[in-house]
Amino acid sequence: MSFHAALRNATKSVFLRVEEAFDAPFGGRDNPLRHLGAIGLYLLWIVVGSGLYLYTVLDTGIDAVYSSIGYLSQEQWYLGGVLRSLHRYASDGFMLVMMLHLLREWSYGRYFGFRLYSWMTGIPLIWLAYVAGIGGYWIVWDELAQLSATATTELLDWLPIFNEPSARNFLSPDTISDRFFTVLIFIHLGVPLLLILGLWAHVHRISHVDYLPTRRVMLATAAALTVLALFRPVLSNPPANLASVPGELAFDWFILFIHPLTDLSSPAFVWALLFGLTALLFALPLLPHGRPPPVAVVNPANCTGCDRCLADCPYAAISMAPHPGRPGSRLAVVDPDLCAACGICAGACPSSTPFRRREKLVTGIDMPQLSVNALREQLEAALPRLTGRTRIVVFACDRGAAAGKLLAADDTAVIDLMCTGMLPPAFVEYALRGGADGVMLAACREGGCEFRLGDRWSSERLLGEREPHLRHSVPPSRLQLTFASAHDSTRLATALTEFRTRIEALGATTDRLQPYLRRAPHHA
Amino acid sequence: MLKPAAIVGQVILYGAFAAFIGYFATSPTYHQIPDDVALIKLSISHLGDRACRKRTPEELAKMPPNMRAPMDCPRERSDIKLEVDLDGREVFRTVLHPTGLYKDGVSTVYKRFEVKAGTHQLAVRMNDNVVNPGFNFVQEEEISLAPRQVMVIDFNPDQGGLYFK
Repeated sequence: MSFHAALRNATKSVFLRVEEAFDAPFGGRDNPLRHLGAIGLYLLWIVVGSGLYLYTVLDTGIDAVYSSIGYLSQEQWYLGGVLRSLHRYASDGFMLVMMLHLLREWSYGRYFGFRLYSWMTGIPLIWLAYVAGIGGYWIVWDELAQLSATATTELLDWLPIFNEPSARNFLSPDTISDRFFTVLIFIHLGVPLLLILGLWAHVHRISHVDYLPTRRVMLATAAALTVLALFRPVLSNPPANLASVPGELAFDWFILFIHPLTDLSSPAFVWALLFGLTALLFALPLLPHGRPPPVAVVNPANCTGCDRCLADCPYAAISMAPHPGRPGSRLAVVDPDLCAACGICAGACPSSTPFRRREKLVTGIDMPQLSVNALREQLEAALPRLTGRTRIVVFACDRGAAAGKLLAADDTAVIDLMCTGMLPPAFVEYALRGGADGVMLAACREGGCEFRLGDRWSSERLLGEREPHLRHSVPPSRLQLTFASAHDSTRLATALTEFRTRIEALGATTDRLQPYLRRAPHHA
Repeated sequence: MLKPAAIVGQVILYGAFAAFIGYFATSPTYHQIPDDVALIKLSISHLGDRACRKRTPEELAKMPPNMRAPMDCPRERSDIKLEVDLDGREVFRTVLHPTGLYKDGVSTVYKRFEVKAGTHQLAVRMNDNVVNPGFNFVQEEEISLAPRQVMVIDFNPDQGGLYFK
């Protein structure tokens, strides 16, 4: 294993452990670590909203800019002061969440293949966020703004960009004019607009985007930042005076850390670090990776053009085109560059029902590495082998708990899936009619699906909230949906034991489904 | 419905998030230079001189009447030689080159020097036409710097050349 892979796995392990620990108080849907992107967007909207208010009251005169912002904190603390603090703290939170998001996606290996576009479009956003953040500090024009403006221009001047050193603009008090702040405001509005545009591009190639976290997360985050704003309101440092060097300053390490770093090292070191890290992030996808798995394949004869695969694909890899053989009908088309090979489309296809009598089950859209027909064959082979009082079939995501190794027994058949979202719900009924006493579906923890939506779609299909749904005639008592991550083998084993006990407690109930024996029709 | 333990856990974790942001948004404080230090900024942006030559009457006679400029000045600018001494010690020596593809742009320099606050003897010498020996601009004076004061060494031909501000 390479050093990079070892580092990535170690980081992933830390993230997984913390995420799973957070599941206890938050639950999957509200777990902040599983929704860092959505929380980042939410924080950005707080920044934008509070910033619009600050913009309306800001006076861009050279002296008035300091006093107009100071007025908010001193005289109008209950509104302007709180909004100013929210603007600052939400910006800091955005930086923190953005870097955690980057680190998490890297550690999970989400930077190549079908995720390449999102990775590449995300990297420039980091630069835009810091440009917007640093520029925002200048607007206050206090001593911190002076330090940042001077240090930033001195850093920029190391690059051969300007004919004259830009730091000359901050040599003495008479070198600054009112126009500087007007230009600065336009930059501070323009760069965030570019950032929002870039974010739109960043999520453009995925579907069902969480543009915002859950209402509970939004309320709690806003409450936490508001309490912080009230108890520790943001205040200006003394006004800028270019005739002297700022003294000891309350310093924002989330955004302005680059200045102490430059003072400690040199502009050459800082630029080498920044450009080096950026180049490294861009180059990561070029590292050798395993061969990508085969992508979904459409069978035109069995595709009805129903759109369900289009609706369920987490990565917008499917589009609909006119069916070449059936005028007026449509046909699913897979974009191989975007396909994650999760199989969710096969699970969504109404043609994937195992009750079809054809000897070889050919569905509308399928995965070459684990076709729906192979899944049915595995199930049909496993069911007769089950012995014991309570026979259970477990469909488990092979990225979740190691169900296959732990749970397989004489009375338990385990069928691994690339993602539980690839299981057509009819397979549950098919297993029960084929002799199983119960069916367990072991999905990844809520919000922890490698393919974003597998656990959600599985749950909604089985609960009848999403097509294709499990038929209502299937007794819920014989179905167990369990969410388990790779670290949850014990939890999964316990859930299976409890499920078995529950089924055995049912005794000779009348909720058993009629057996179904598939027979190949003569014309097949 | 959340369990009480989950609510307590969430309050603690959201509180920790806010506390983390609140702390590092302002702390630890940063001190760019020590209190007893002042800053001298050397910042000069100046077009070097040109090596002009007076045209002879014969040369002028051969030229069209509307183009008979008495001086022949090349586009290129001279390098600029610059020296800074503080309390008799050399602190900076450089030769500034003109910018631009045709070496016809300004020569610039921007340097910071941290010095102890107090009285110092500062001498700056500049030659904007290195064809000529010596320095055609010299400024030397005793300066008194307060702690954290910023003093600028600049050049403006309209203000007599080199000056301290």
